[in-house]
Amino acid sequence: MSVAEINKNEVDIVIGALNADLTQFLSSWRTFFSGFHLIVVKDPELKEELNIPEGFDVDVYTKTDMEKVLGSTNSTMFSGYSCRYFGYLVSKKKYIVSIDDDCVPAKDPQGFLVDAVSQHVINLETPATPLFFNTLYDPYCEGADFVRGYPFSLRSGVPCAASCGLWLNLADLDAPTQALKTEQRNTSYVDAVMTVPAKAMLPISGINIAFNRELVGPALVPALRLAGEGKVRWETLEDVWCGMCLKHISDHLGYGVKTGKPYVWRNERGDAVESLRKKWEGMKLMEKSVPFFESLKLPESALKVEDCVIELAKAVKEQLGSDDPAFTQAADAMVKWIQLWNSVNSSG
Amino acid sequence: MVDPANTVGIPVNPTPLLTDVLDIVIPTIRNLDFLEMWRPFLQPYHLIIVQDGDPSKTIAVPEGFDYELYNRNDINRILGPKASCISFKDSACRCFGYMVSKKKYIFTIDDDCFVAKDPSGKAVNALEQHIKNLLCPSTPLFFNTLYDPYREGADFVRGYPFSMREGVSTAVSHGLWLNIPDYDAPTQLVKPKERNTRYVDAVMTIPKGTLFPMCGMNLAFDRELIGPAMYFGLMGDGQPIGRYDDMWAGWCIKVICDHLGLGVKTGLPYIYHSKASNPFVNLKKEYKGIFWQEDIIPFFQNVKLSKEAVTVQQCYIELSKMVKEKLSSIDPYFDKLADAMVTWIEAWDELNPATKA
Repeated sequence: MSVAEINKNEVDIVIGALNADLTQFLSSWRTFFSGFHLIVVKDPELKEELNIPEGFDVDVYTKTDMEKVLGSTNSTMFSGYSCRYFGYLVSKKKYIVSIDDDCVPAKDPQGFLVDAVSQHVINLETPATPLFFNTLYDPYCEGADFVRGYPFSLRSGVPCAASCGLWLNLADLDAPTQALKTEQRNTSYVDAVMTVPAKAMLPISGINIAFNRELVGPALVPALRLAGEGKVRWETLEDVWCGMCLKHISDHLGYGVKTGKPYVWRNERGDAVESLRKKWEGMKLMEKSVPFFESLKLPESALKVEDCVIELAKAVKEQLGSDDPAFTQAADAMVKWIQLWNSVNSSG
Repeated sequence: MVDPANTVGIPVNPTPLLTDVLDIVIPTIRNLDFLEMWRPFLQPYHLIIVQDGDPSKTIAVPEGFDYELYNRNDINRILGPKASCISFKDSACRCFGYMVSKKKYIFTIDDDCFVAKDPSGKAVNALEQHIKNLLCPSTPLFFNTLYDPYREGADFVRGYPFSMREGVSTAVSHGLWLNIPDYDAPTQLVKPKERNTRYVDAVMTIPKGTLFPMCGMNLAFDRELIGPAMYFGLMGDGQPIGRYDDMWAGWCIKVICDHLGLGVKTGLPYIYHSKASNPFVNLKKEYKGIFWQEDIIPFFQNVKLSKEAVTVQQCYIELSKMVKEKLSSIDPYFDKLADAMVTWIEAWDELNPATKA
């Protein structure tokens, strides 16, 4: 598959605006966003007016729009980094590409700027191979193939549900790790895309992600909010929780999740040591989540994504609800999310 | 296109790691000229050469290498009737080298594998990278999106559970190949000119519960942790199948590693694979395997070893019983293979009494 074959009409680029001034961000991405429709969703807690440069095909959604669609009680579901999920909700396209507003295009080892949007779409359009690991990574890319010993019956792969990209410069490390290694920056460009095997769990980062909305849209749930959730990634876990749900549901439905390229360049923002000062309950919640997801089995009868989310929410409430109120809230949010999804997307 | 490294002028590694606890096992039927190129990295180590084919032929080993060499006569003499489990006229015979070794670690490499270059042009010391892989933990229980978290410049990403950050012991380090990729015969026939020129600068752990095609061309393992499971099966002369030796071992070691809580890594190091084997010859060897693996894979995917199987040997014997029970119906070959798996363990324990748990 090549860049030339991408149908731009099938893609929405959804940007969550946690910063009011998007001039630098959008200007840096102009070449690669050109020809695509953009959805910019403003964090409902951001007071200043958004500053968006000319020349983009963009729809902007703010707190007012959220309240029109959802009623005023629901906009907290979309505050902070979760504002982008509102964009996922109202989009009408097949694919969504979402990048944090503090990231710019990265350079590959040859010095060329990386077209992250196109790479994501290529990842989503080509099959995933979660049932058997290919040691030469993505078998469908130029110059590679399935290796000796790879079962032939598995070579057509399965639909790709999500494409998880990576980050040069400031990698998506947690606060304790970055605080300990203040100078560490990711300079390693790993030239590979691969499918994360079925049943394997992984921490999916929302910083640079794309997914097939038609296939798994409802599974990207804005659900887990930390009590002290902040406006830097070190103070959130919403994407990691969302990713655990997404991966589990993808495994259940026989879809694949890819990881690797494309890279984006993530700029410096925030202070890891500062974030560390907040009581970081995220660690505790992850520890509880892992055995839950490990042993979770969705019922065979859950064949639609929406049903999977509802079943997952039920299990979260039953098995994790008593451990921490954050889980009960997450379960309720997941149910609410599906109600919203169904109402917005049936009338759309 | 990609070239091998030119190692002329590179001095022998003055600080080689683990020289007294690592053996290099090389199967060969032709010659060992390729070792000249590996001299800077491999000369400090002890070699176990397993000579396949005609035992009356003399294999010349380049000057300066410390080695022991076994031909078919030696294998028959040492194992007696149990020698039947060691393949003839197939590089699968290399596993005899694993059995006679007394070291903790094994590095095995094919005699058509040269030294590769990294993207900066530097010669890759594959053995050094394998050692690094084996000495630091694996992370099979949760996938790290930045790959090996213990590498210089990397770490665990946000959301990676802290309770899993110590990892588990690494049993196997599976390296890759530039130039001639390890394709099966059908793929070779369709893409005879394809060369692997992509240097993917990563090592990663293959998640628990996931199978992979293990290639024996560039492989290292902890013999104490997993050695008895590294049997390369019955291939070659008198057998209905070939080129599935390392595959078979790979499926066996992976289910056993998963069961025992050990890790398997893949990725770096690269070697430069210089020779493309004849795809028509390969097709004849692989032919049955292509069909059989459709049944073999689900078999391995569903294997459940018992709680009582706590040593590698116990796991392997249990596996051999399941092979006999579940795969014999595909072909009587599997009945023979299951018996050979038992013979292998008996031979292993005879030659390695101290390693029994």
